[in-house]
Amino acid sequence: MRLDVKKTYKLFIGGAFPRSESGRSYVVNDSKGKFLANPSQASRKDLRDAVVAAKSAHPHWSNATAYNRGQILYRIAEIMEGRTEQFVAEIMALEGVTSKAALAHVHEAIDTWVWYAGWSDKISSTAGSTNPIAGPYYNFTIPESLGVVGIVADQKSSLLGVVRSLAPVLAGGNTAVLITSEKRPLPGITLSECFATSDVPAGVVNILTGVTSELTPWLASHMEVDGLDLSGVDAKTETELRIAGTENLKRIHRFGPDKSPARILSFMEYKTVWHPIGI
Amino acid sequence: MSNFEYAPAPESRSIAKIEKDYGLFINGKFQPPHSKKRFETINPATEEVLSKVSFADEVDVDKAVKAARSAYTKIWSKLSGKERAKYLFRIARLLQERAREFAVVESLDNGKPIRETRDVDIPLAAAHFFYHAGWADKLEHAGYGSQPKPHGVVGQVIPWNFPLLMLAWKVAPALATGNTVVLKPAETTPLTALLFAEICQQAELPAGVVNIITGDGRTGSALVKHPGIDKVAFTGSTEVGKLIAQSVASTGKSLTLELGGKGANIVFEDSPIDQAVEGIVNGIFFNQGHVCCAGSRLLLQENIHDEFLHKLQLRMSKIRVGDPLDKNTDLGAINSAAQLSKIRELSQSGETEGAQIWSAPCELPSKGFWFAPTVFTGVTQAHRIAREEIFGPVLSVLTFRTPHEAIEKANNTPFGLSAGVWTDKGSRILWASNQLKAGVIWANTFNKFDPASPFGGYKESGWGREGGRHGLAAYIKGAH
Amino acid sequence: MRSEFRSEGLIDGSESSLRRFLQTLSPVDQIGAQERAAMLGTRSIKTSSKKWAIDMAISMVDLTTLEGADTPGKVRALCSKAVRPDPRDLTVPHVGAVCVYNDMVGIARQHLDAIGGEDVPVAAVSTAFPSGRASRTVKIQDTRDAIALGASEIDMVIDRGAFLSGRLGEVFDEIVTIKDICGEPAHLKVILETGELVTLDNVRKASYLAMLAGADFIKTSTGKVTPAATAPVVMVMLEAVRDYFQLTGTRIGVKPAGGIRTTKDAIKQLVLVNETAGPEWLDPALFRIGASALLNDLLMQRMKMDNGRYSSANYVTVD
Repeated sequence: MRLDVKKTYKLFIGGAFPRSESGRSYVVNDSKGKFLANPSQASRKDLRDAVVAAKSAHPHWSNATAYNRGQILYRIAEIMEGRTEQFVAEIMALEGVTSKAALAHVHEAIDTWVWYAGWSDKISSTAGSTNPIAGPYYNFTIPESLGVVGIVADQKSSLLGVVRSLAPVLAGGNTAVLITSEKRPLPGITLSECFATSDVPAGVVNILTGVTSELTPWLASHMEVDGLDLSGVDAKTETELRIAGTENLKRIHRFGPDKSPARILSFMEYKTVWHPIGI
Repeated sequence: MSNFEYAPAPESRSIAKIEKDYGLFINGKFQPPHSKKRFETINPATEEVLSKVSFADEVDVDKAVKAARSAYTKIWSKLSGKERAKYLFRIARLLQERAREFAVVESLDNGKPIRETRDVDIPLAAAHFFYHAGWADKLEHAGYGSQPKPHGVVGQVIPWNFPLLMLAWKVAPALATGNTVVLKPAETTPLTALLFAEICQQAELPAGVVNIITGDGRTGSALVKHPGIDKVAFTGSTEVGKLIAQSVASTGKSLTLELGGKGANIVFEDSPIDQAVEGIVNGIFFNQGHVCCAGSRLLLQENIHDEFLHKLQLRMSKIRVGDPLDKNTDLGAINSAAQLSKIRELSQSGETEGAQIWSAPCELPSKGFWFAPTVFTGVTQAHRIAREEIFGPVLSVLTFRTPHEAIEKANNTPFGLSAGVWTDKGSRILWASNQLKAGVIWANTFNKFDPASPFGGYKESGWGREGGRHGLAAYIKGAH
Repeated sequence: MRSEFRSEGLIDGSESSLRRFLQTLSPVDQIGAQERAAMLGTRSIKTSSKKWAIDMAISMVDLTTLEGADTPGKVRALCSKAVRPDPRDLTVPHVGAVCVYNDMVGIARQHLDAIGGEDVPVAAVSTAFPSGRASRTVKIQDTRDAIALGASEIDMVIDRGAFLSGRLGEVFDEIVTIKDICGEPAHLKVILETGELVTLDNVRKASYLAMLAGADFIKTSTGKVTPAATAPVVMVMLEAVRDYFQLTGTRIGVKPAGGIRTTKDAIKQLVLVNETAGPEWLDPALFRIGASALLNDLLMQRMKMDNGRYSSANYVTVD
């Protein structure tokens, strides 16, 4: 009989895997109530550190060429593919589904990630424009990344929920602080291991596990966070968080399961430039 | 005072595994040609024989088209965009993995410097596959309707100046949009296309989706005329492009063409002079001037003529001509004896017609096909060297007095592929871009290419665009 | 503005004529310049040309120590290294100069003379190096002290505050004054501090200003600010000296300083010189490299060229 070496689930901040500065962890059970793991329980200070990391990583990430970002995102998909078995095991345990269903879940997550990776160098061709204004001026509109986006991932879909929210944010040149599903956090951390072993620069993605209701007010009120994806929050909490987010007029959205370039554009800003045409 | 002579710095040839001979790549396998005929491909820098490749006749063309049709009907048209995307991502990755090997083979077969194949041709080719892989699963967002459809089987004929890159420009969008392909590489540069066939095998691309048939003009003609082809894409001379357009006129086949050019590089007095000199040099001496969009006419504002020419000649004398596999070589060999003879003929006409010739002093090797970087001054619109495409390292210098005169001269040609504008003034860049009848305009730069940037010509420089969202139109039924 | 300066008829001595001249200079396109400099950085220098380049680079090094903690002992060790970079191999050339703060000049000169380094000049940094923020009187005294103690080269800093706020005449005057004090025996290097000038257009303007005012060398940086001697900056300065020679017949030298740590970096600099200003500048009289750690890397590369093995820091001296 061989005992397996169990994984420790820590936070992912600034390219490293620290435990919560609070020292806390919390119990995650599988779908049958059996003990699964003690992931870190992130505190507001961990969240604060994650935002600092995301903010400082933003200029470099958004100034990389779109081609380069697309390449990096595609590489993450390559690494995810290699971890299929780990993801399947975690999804089966947490969601109580069959291995066939878990595998389909993982495949859709990877293919969705690839889909968004390919948008990186195309979004400004489809969403940007030159505008035929009535005068001797050249006028063009381009979408630019917003900055730091806070994400509260879907509570039920443990891997796909994270991918659906995170991939469009990164494809648009933003950096992210993501709070995983409270009860189904593990694939989010395994996904972090994919980030850590790909070429994505430290701080571009930060993943926190813990008690959603403890962390979301800090995310929503943080003045260095520019956008929020509240897909994993209930209706009542959403209102409170929207109100908290108005202090710096965060761009706040909630999404369903669809994939669409609109999700990328939700966290981008349009800039229009004028220049005279003359000799 | 000292002389800093750069010692030879050759890239090793050992990475290039070139077979003694190659068959035709049809239906996923290399197979012998019907006529059993083969022809040699040589290294234009040394005239050594590199390999023998097969000659595809009408029987082979027919076989290839049928293989492409079968693959389209049975497999490729049934595959979802996201699966097609993954094949293209695999191809892109394989090209990146084998990049150095492809760069060396391309240099040997074409004659261009290893620095250019290593830093430009191969990376751009891989990027084209990467870029188009990302369109395959999202065509409904490309602006061609909610369910854009491919043509079916496309026949593609490409030139010898950027062999692998031209292949990428053709194959990537065709596959991304769901077509299958029969491609004929140029007669003098078949090797990287044949290596690409190996990549298709390594990527496990379904048999018949890509077919590579080597041959000469007769092979190309048989391909474009084949009734089983739904769409033709051709890059090459304007002369042949017109012939192809004539031959498909009655057939209903869709046709895109990327033909010749006589690009004007306009330099205004307020341009950043040192970078403009670099841009002119790049514009005509990059790739030995074997570039359809080359800036082969320098339109120089008359009041800076002498100062500019002095700097240009100083810069030209620093161009290192020689062994393409030497990492320090800037200008490699002319691709063939035939091309060299064309360049010489036109250059001679320049002298005969009264323009003043100056060539950078350099030692040309005794074997192989070589031409020193050359500039003609005192050229006017009436000179042959101002009107005809030389396709070699020969620059013609004309002057202008006013912006309007510059535009007039730049546009005064049946071609319309590219133009360059050098000035410090933003409004003038935009004004000139509005006035110039060219499909690609480079301002304060030149010869820049990107898979996201549509490329193609006005007037006799061709039909259609390659690259970008706009370039997909060529391969979508009803879109072009 | 002063009238005794080297203008070669290009300007008449007034600030307005200087300003007008500088405005006629061609603009620099940043991207184009970066691309050309990067392309030159891909030159592959091997075998015999690498050997030649290493020895040339060694002979161009201005071996430098500019620390608050400099002591006589430290300076003497540096001087020994300057004269005999590799004690086990006497074929290694001596460096181009020793560069120190002006209160260390005397110690450096004495020690160099005592160990057979009479032909190694001592360069002193001057004019309230590195900031340049002090009164004219202080800057003048700074320079006089250095020359009195035996400095035959003065590396002065320009007043960047004056440059960036448009007081070009002041910047010009200061250089003319210091050049006066240097006289014939001491050559003057003018440090532009390109990292603070930021744009390549400013680098071009400042280069011309310095040359018109009497600089014998234009130098990129103090080494205390990054970015320092990046390839595009050095290239623009080399273009300036090339064009200035066309205009006036006088060759001015160029010295990159700061951030040049490896043999590869140094060789890239030599390629830039060769293909921009031209081979005439491949001479310690017209090109120097301000560095400290670079010398050991040059020595280790030199050893590898001799014996084929990657070397180790144990085989070069630490000073």
